[in-house]
Amino acid sequence: MVAMSKIATGNGHGENSPYFDGWKAYETNPFHPTERPEGVIQMGLAENQLCFSLIKNWLIKHPEASLCTPQGVNKFKETALFQDYHGMPEFRQAVAKFMGKVRGDRVKFDPDRIVMSGGATGAHEMVAFCLADPGEAFLVPTPYYPGFDRDLKWRTGVELVPVNCESCNNFKITTNALEAAYVKVQEANLRVKGLLITNPSNPLGTVLDRDTLKSMVRFINDKNIHLIGDEIYAATVFMEPEFVSISEIIEEEDVECNRDLIHIVYSLSKDMGFPGFRVGIVYSYNDSVVSCARKMSSFGLVSSQTQHLIASMLSDDEFVDNFITESKELLFNRHKYFTWSLSQVGIGFLKGNAGLFIWMDLRKLLKEETFAAEMELWRVITNEVKLNVSPGSSFHCQEPGWFRVCFANMDDYTMKVALLRIRTFMLKNNEAMVPLKLCRPSSLKLSLSRSLSRRMDDFMSPGIMSPRSPLPQSPLVQART
Amino acid sequence: MGLLSRKATCNTHGQDSSYFLGWQEYEKNPYNEVNNPNGIIQMGLAENQLCLDLLEPWLMKNPDALGLKRDGISIFKELALFQDYNGFPAFKRALVDFMGEIRGNKVSFDPNHVVLTAGATSANETLMFCLADQGDAFLLPTPYYPGFDRDLRWRTGVEIVPIHCTSSNGFKVTLPAIEQAYRQAQKRKLRVKGVLITNPSNPLGTTMARDELDLLINFIEDKQIHLISDEIYSGTVFTSPSFVSVMEVLKDRDLDQTQVWERVHIVYSLSKDLGLPGFRVGAIYSNDPVVVSAATKMSSFGLVSSQTQYLLSAMLLDKKFTKEYMSENHKRLQKQQKDLVAGLEKAGIRCLDSNAGLFCWVDMRHLLKSNTFEAEMELWQKIVYHVKINISPGSSCHCIEPGWFRVCFANMSESTLKLAIQRLKSFVSSIGMKSQNHQELKSLRRKSRNNWVFRLSLQSFYDREQDATTKVSFSYRPHFMSLSNIAATLDAAA
Repeated sequence: MVAMSKIATGNGHGENSPYFDGWKAYETNPFHPTERPEGVIQMGLAENQLCFSLIKNWLIKHPEASLCTPQGVNKFKETALFQDYHGMPEFRQAVAKFMGKVRGDRVKFDPDRIVMSGGATGAHEMVAFCLADPGEAFLVPTPYYPGFDRDLKWRTGVELVPVNCESCNNFKITTNALEAAYVKVQEANLRVKGLLITNPSNPLGTVLDRDTLKSMVRFINDKNIHLIGDEIYAATVFMEPEFVSISEIIEEEDVECNRDLIHIVYSLSKDMGFPGFRVGIVYSYNDSVVSCARKMSSFGLVSSQTQHLIASMLSDDEFVDNFITESKELLFNRHKYFTWSLSQVGIGFLKGNAGLFIWMDLRKLLKEETFAAEMELWRVITNEVKLNVSPGSSFHCQEPGWFRVCFANMDDYTMKVALLRIRTFMLKNNEAMVPLKLCRPSSLKLSLSRSLSRRMDDFMSPGIMSPRSPLPQSPLVQART
Repeated sequence: MGLLSRKATCNTHGQDSSYFLGWQEYEKNPYNEVNNPNGIIQMGLAENQLCLDLLEPWLMKNPDALGLKRDGISIFKELALFQDYNGFPAFKRALVDFMGEIRGNKVSFDPNHVVLTAGATSANETLMFCLADQGDAFLLPTPYYPGFDRDLRWRTGVEIVPIHCTSSNGFKVTLPAIEQAYRQAQKRKLRVKGVLITNPSNPLGTTMARDELDLLINFIEDKQIHLISDEIYSGTVFTSPSFVSVMEVLKDRDLDQTQVWERVHIVYSLSKDLGLPGFRVGAIYSNDPVVVSAATKMSSFGLVSSQTQYLLSAMLLDKKFTKEYMSENHKRLQKQQKDLVAGLEKAGIRCLDSNAGLFCWVDMRHLLKSNTFEAEMELWQKIVYHVKINISPGSSCHCIEPGWFRVCFANMSESTLKLAIQRLKSFVSSIGMKSQNHQELKSLRRKSRNNWVFRLSLQSFYDREQDATTKVSFSYRPHFMSLSNIAATLDAAA
């Protein structure tokens, strides 16, 4: 007698992917500046660690958010008992407001359509359970977040069918590609229930333009299938072009769409840097989906203690406006420095304006244009260069040689060490080396203006450093002396 | 071609059950001592609100716990980033110690065998996904918690086959009943993957005896299937007999380190014992590393907030506090239960003898117009809409005998409880004698008791003529009536 289920004993959890193998390599030998300076630097985890000082300052000023004041403690009982799957009204209102602000207040979100879930992970699974039966399929443009294989398929029995996107047009999602994927699914006698897009994109770090979004909405409306927009990176758009949400597109006059097909997945894990608090949101324009998802949310409600904290924090308009601006600025700086450093050693990357990562082009480092060669390169990067980066194949990228590298989950010092290792590796490889600009100590100090509209030229000086770095000088400079 | 999934459009979420409909009615008109004294009193929600006042002084004395600080220094960032599905090590250690303490330290638990989940709701569903395929079945003794219909079946596609228990032996699980259920499953061509018990029982409020647990262990050993023991009420055992966990029985029988040891799993939560349902703290405990591994991965869909893990690890690590808390908890539960039982008795309503839980399993069979579930629903509706008390009808718990109701007592103050009892008493008075006549005409089981009551009531009527103040109490008879009711019945029958 088989003791456990097929789901439990199969591989649907997806953890045998190299995406997770790299994490394991990191966990057995994690980098630490003093205790383990030769350890693996984690660049495979898309976390936003740049804004914590802002949040800490707010918490100090608002102990009631943590129920820490005598008045707050009185609220403890009420909070501890609150298990209504509708969620605290103030929590939903605060989240709806935040979602609107992140979209420049160009759209308003209805708090009554906000449904909680166990992080975006729980949200995706819940949406799949609501919209599709086992054996039915969702179309997903490649490359896509590896976790979708688990979140959307594992316990639901739903299939994912890739919509192939290519580097030759910057991985744009074309109507042709959508149609081709749709036909393929039908030929396999499967039923397509929806299209899942991640905008801003993980792993590309780009946003979808208005025309692409409109053509997608047209596509799903024609086929009468759902559109799920994973917008968990919405507040990480640090540069032009501006983020356009599907919530905005469906309001446009020239867009015809059955709103019952439109659903958004959101979370505070990336935008605010709170993955530990498990705040996932399903926002649907379909009343039946809201109702069903709400019942299913019982399986992953947000802790009322956390709902209270988030409600307090996100209803502070001044804090939120400041946070959104600051966060973008810090991400912009970090991204700029990183990409500049990569280009200095001849590493190409997709031009991105969002997210917590860069989509690196290492195709010219491959021995041959195969995924086996990509894996070989990846092993070298993990074991010799001691960096955990994520290989494109784990994102179902159709072309070997692309890698996702995260830049927002470490302090300045660690970032510099990582970049130095990359530089050393590239020098050793001696492939397509770009002559290095000399790093002048005087240019290391740079005062940052707070406006995001300054041009790229302002940041072409080398050795950009965030004012928060503990080091007076870049290790790149030290290495040369 | 449906736009949504079958799961979204079916009724397996179970919310059309009277269990939830009662809650909805309550929400439309909730009782409030000051603002809405004629509203519906909620006695359908098994919450433990009796000891939350004890938490407040602890929280004030330990500000770091809520303040997310360690030795006065903020660890907000560390917690905000902590999303490891293996859980906060200090919290798991504190949790297993707490679980051991509840079991009198007769068993000890290994933190590495714990999987944290968003509430017991998530724990139960996750175990189904791990142990059963779509179309497989689990056997459950009735009556059982209505939420299981959703938690175990809805998204998993697993079936529940009831093991019918009856009042003839206090609703204990018997071997014939288990075997009958197993045969039933086979008839329905369902593969039985295990048995799920709730111990202490919801809705009965009783703990399982050792012989029942032995029976179940023998059965699952024989059939090579799983046993899940939902022990979320283990900390609410307020009087003897003391709680015996299935793990203890396995250990006493030297079955640890055997195959059956690996097929027994416990579900736990802090929602009932500590009264913190809002914090969504559930746990699966299993001795099978494969189950632990699979369930851990699945817990990604419903992890416990790190903010909450930190708060509760601090609280549970304060063993002096938890000991005092649990002791006071038991005292208050016992008092409240006693008040409810005594009050109901005065209204002629008997409860199943209970020693645990946040509710009583109440026998209102004598108030039914007929021995049917329709009559039960009719009575239930009267109680919700006219008496203005939300209680849960036994049919929503899959009880096979009409007339039983689950009545919760731990989610209200003493005064609200008194009021609820008062309302019930008035209600019973108003229908009293009519109901007694009905009872005399039906159920064969009660014929001798009915005769006894009739004779005694006649005698009491004559006694009353002589001494108006004499009160006779029949505390162990199922159909106690106050003297005035008996007199009224006789008048009506005459």
